[in-house]
Order: sequence, then structure tokens, then C-alpha cells
Amino acid sequence: MDRNLAHRNRRRALKVAHFLTLFVVMSIICIPGLWIVLNSFRPTVEIMAKPPVWTPSFTLEHYRAMFGGAGEGGVPVFSYFRNSLIVSVVSTAIAILIGMSGGYAFARYRFRGKAGWFVGLMLFRAVPGVALSLPLFIVFARLGIIDTHFGLILAYVAMNVPFTIWLTDGFFRQIPKELHEAAEIDGCTRWQAFWKVEFPVARSGIASAAIFAFLTSWNEFALASQLTRSVGSKTMPVGLLDFTAEFTINWGGMCALAVLMIVPALILTFIVQKHLIAGLTFGGVKG
Amino acid sequence: MFRRRLPEWFVLLLPAILVIAAVVLIPLLFSLYSSFTPYRLTRPSSLWRWVGTANYERILTDAKFWSAFGRTVLFLTIVLNLELVFGLGIALLVNKVTWGQRTLRTVLMFPMMFSPILVGFQFKFIFNDNVGLVNNVLQSTGISDAALPWLVDEKLAMFSIMFAEIWMSTSVFAILILAGLFAMPRDPLEAAKVDGCTAFQTFRHITLPFLMPFIFIAMTIRSLDVARAYDIVQIMTGGGPARRTELLWTLMARTGYVDARMGLANAMGYVSILLSIVFTVYFFRKLSAARAELGMGG
Repeated sequence: MDRNLAHRNRRRALKVAHFLTLFVVMSIICIPGLWIVLNSFRPTVEIMAKPPVWTPSFTLEHYRAMFGGAGEGGVPVFSYFRNSLIVSVVSTAIAILIGMSGGYAFARYRFRGKAGWFVGLMLFRAVPGVALSLPLFIVFARLGIIDTHFGLILAYVAMNVPFTIWLTDGFFRQIPKELHEAAEIDGCTRWQAFWKVEFPVARSGIASAAIFAFLTSWNEFALASQLTRSVGSKTMPVGLLDFTAEFTINWGGMCALAVLMIVPALILTFIVQKHLIAGLTFGGVKG
Repeated sequence: MFRRRLPEWFVLLLPAILVIAAVVLIPLLFSLYSSFTPYRLTRPSSLWRWVGTANYERILTDAKFWSAFGRTVLFLTIVLNLELVFGLGIALLVNKVTWGQRTLRTVLMFPMMFSPILVGFQFKFIFNDNVGLVNNVLQSTGISDAALPWLVDEKLAMFSIMFAEIWMSTSVFAILILAGLFAMPRDPLEAAKVDGCTAFQTFRHITLPFLMPFIFIAMTIRSLDVARAYDIVQIMTGGGPARRTELLWTLMARTGYVDARMGLANAMGYVSILLSIVFTVYFFRKLSAARAELGMGG
């Protein structure tokens, strides 16, 4: 009886400890993001207050200033948003087409030095953005495509292709070979078999690869900060720096822009989270 | 008609190879060349003067470079190890949860979707010595009377940067390890229980070996973009104050863009590229070894 009780107590203590640890961990994950969201709705006076004000008041001042255009120290957020959107969407579409064909090659064909090719392609993804931005800056300046959407799109396509290959390779591998063989027996060409049979099956996986590529472009800073110069091509991560002056920072405005940046990313993630994990692990484990 | 047909796989890979060659390989070859010249952006003619390995000799004897290099390696070692440990811990915690697990998993993915630049800004705000959340809490609760100089003091600044980096990247490990835990077969676990293994033994000899490939996938993915830390450091401290948080990447950017010494910066760039490649190749090899061990190859 006594031992039973002790045992039960220990289990209960473990359960409480488990819950508490989990709670602390989740708080650490959530609070920084929530703090940003909260502060985007607080007036600047309150953010700067010393001693701190703990009961938040609500204002849309920062959002009004942000969307109010370039006046009153506002940042041309609409242009940045548009640039980000154009660059991310176009580069993702191209990267997916190119990456998909590469991933298909790795999943369906046997050739010499396959593992070598694969690692080789991945290595190009490993080149640090800053290190690449130096020569890319010089080359693009010579070609006159600095400060254009085209230049940035080109850079992002190259950046996203290797990882897209990794993901799509994993998804195509999951599809049994018999599927396209059957289609070919029924008179499809390989091309038709791919678009009519294999592509629809792998579609959700390819969508998640696309979102991964989109987020990479959407969030990229190291290259964008050097390859863009003006309102015509700056993306949002670069625009975030517009809120910092030499010694002062417009915290509230920055928070508002940050929220604008996170929201699309979060929505997209919610949609594909399941496929995303499957893609990463299948591509890796069953390589 | 004696046109040799290219093999199909090569045709399929060709666009990828072309675009990578054009955007990454050629600029890298150019930067390799320019790392042997005293190239300055302000004096284009200096591109044609060959100085051999002078740039490399210069950075190899430069104390500032070595301290940045050492700090980078130290930073990566600490950060990657802690991320792995925390990720494993979080995955095990979440795996035990019976109610609301899906929600927790979604929450876990939040930091993955934050732009590194955003993470940097977010923690610059939170660790700000004047209006930051951390100091406000510390002072309001009376733990500390004076404002702690989180981003100014050398040790505190490194801690803040590491905290930001770990906050951002631990979820990659947690999510992938959790996927591994879900995929784990039940039979060996039950057999171990029947044979009288303790919880720790079961974890050490059954769970962990099974998770290894997943850990290496996470490591490989992480090693592909360790340089993202540049965004964080750049916005949080800019490598300062007085180079106290200078990493290889911020030093390189400063040399290239602020001092306009492209040749020298490219030489540093090559050192950083080499560092990334060593990391990536190492983990890829580990990954295929772990796969082969579990019979998942082929």
C-alpha cells in the first residue's frame, strides 16, 4: 500500500514537472513573437516609457503611419511589399520548375556519380550569402542588373534550386515506379506520364517545396541588402532597416512592418506543415 | 545524322546546373581570381594587378581575422550543440503529450518561419538596455537595479546573439526529431520493457540510434545555412561595439562594402565558404553512414 502510494506520488510529480517544463519552453518560443505583435499596437511614448508601463494601451498609429505612404517619416511599405511579392513568387515558380526536373532525375534515373552530383549541388546552397554577395555585386553591377527585380530573382532561383531538388527528389521517390510504367504501357509518352500521373500524386509535396522556396526568398537579407538600392527593388527585410536612424530606432514602426512580414509566412506554413516534415525526412532518410 | 544524344537525366539536370553555374559558380570563380588581386571598388584598374597570395598571407597574419574566425567556430560549436540538445529535449517532451499535440507542433514551427533579420531585430528590441523587455522585467521585479548592457558588454552580447540564434533554429531539430519519434516502430520498445530495461537504457540503446538519421538530416539542413547568423549579428550589434561580437561574416562584409577592399574581402569569403563546405560534407557523410547502418540505403 505504502509503496503504491509512493509510486503514484512520483508519477504525479513527474507529470507536473513535464507540464511545467513544456510550459516554460513554449513560453520562450512564443513570447518574443507576441511581444513584437503587442508593441506594434502600443504608442511610442509607452514603448519608450521609463519606468516601463505594464498595462498596454491600444493604438493603430504605427499602422496608419506605415500605410500612409512616404509622408511623415513613413516608409514606402507598399513598394517594399510589392517588390517582395514579385521577387518571391517569380523566383519560386522558376526554381520549382527547374528543381522539379532535377529532383525527378535523381529519383528516377541511375547514373554514375549520383551521390556526388547530389552533394555537389547542395554545396552551392551552403555558400554563405555574404560571401556570394561580394562577387555577385560586382558581376551584376557590370551587367547593369543591380537594383532590378530581375537580378534578385536570378540570385534567388539559384539559391533555391538545390533545396528544391532535395525535397522533390524525396517526394518522387515515394511514388512507386509501377505507376508511370503502367501509364507508358497504356500509350503515354514519358512526358505525358509525368504530367498526368506522377505530378498529380506528388502535387502536395511539390507545393510544400514551393512554400519553402517562397519563404527563403521572402526572408532573405544578406544578398538583397547588397543587390538592391532604391524603393524600386528593395524587399521588406531590407526595408526593415529604414526604421533605424543613426542613434534612434522607431520601434513601433518596425514592429508593425515585422507583423506585416510574418503574417503571410505564418499562413503559408499552417497550410503545408504536414507535407513539409514528410518531405524533409523522406528526402533525407530514404535517399 | 551523328548527333549524340545526351542522356535523359543530364537533360533534366541541365537547367539546374546552368542556373547555378551562372549565378554561383562563375561569380565564385571571379571572386577566387579577385582574391589574388588588390581589388578595390573605388579603383577598378586594381583588378588587373596580380599580387599572388598576398591577401591570404595578410589575413592569416591578421589578429582581427583570427579572433573573428575563432569566435565564429566557437559560436557555431556552442550553438549547434545546444540546438541539438534542446531540440531533442523538446521533441521528447512533446512526444509524451497526449492532448493538443498537433497544436504544440504548430507552435514549434513558428520560429522556423521568422526571417533571420526579423529574429535579429526582435531580440535587439527585447535585449535593448533602455526599453527592452528583459531589462524592464529585471528592473520591475527588482532582480537588478541597474540596466544590464545586454548588447554592449562582450559576454552578454555574445549570449544575446546565441540566444537569438538558438531560438530561431532549435525548432528545426525539434520538428525533425519529433518526426523520427513518430516513425519509430513500437516492437523494440516493448521488447526492451519486457526484458527489464530502464527508461534510460531504452533511450540510449534503442531510441537514440533510431533517431540518428533524423538528427543528421537536421544537422545537414542547418549546416547549409549556418551563415544566416550573419543577418542576426548584423542587425543586433553589427559586429560591434568595437568588434566585440565580430564574426567572420560581418568582418567580411565590413571589409568589402565599408572599406571597399574587395580583394581582401573575397579572400576572407573563401575561408568562410571552406568552413561551410567542411560542415556540410561532414554531416552528409554522417547522414549516409547512419542510413547504411539502419539499412535504409539504396
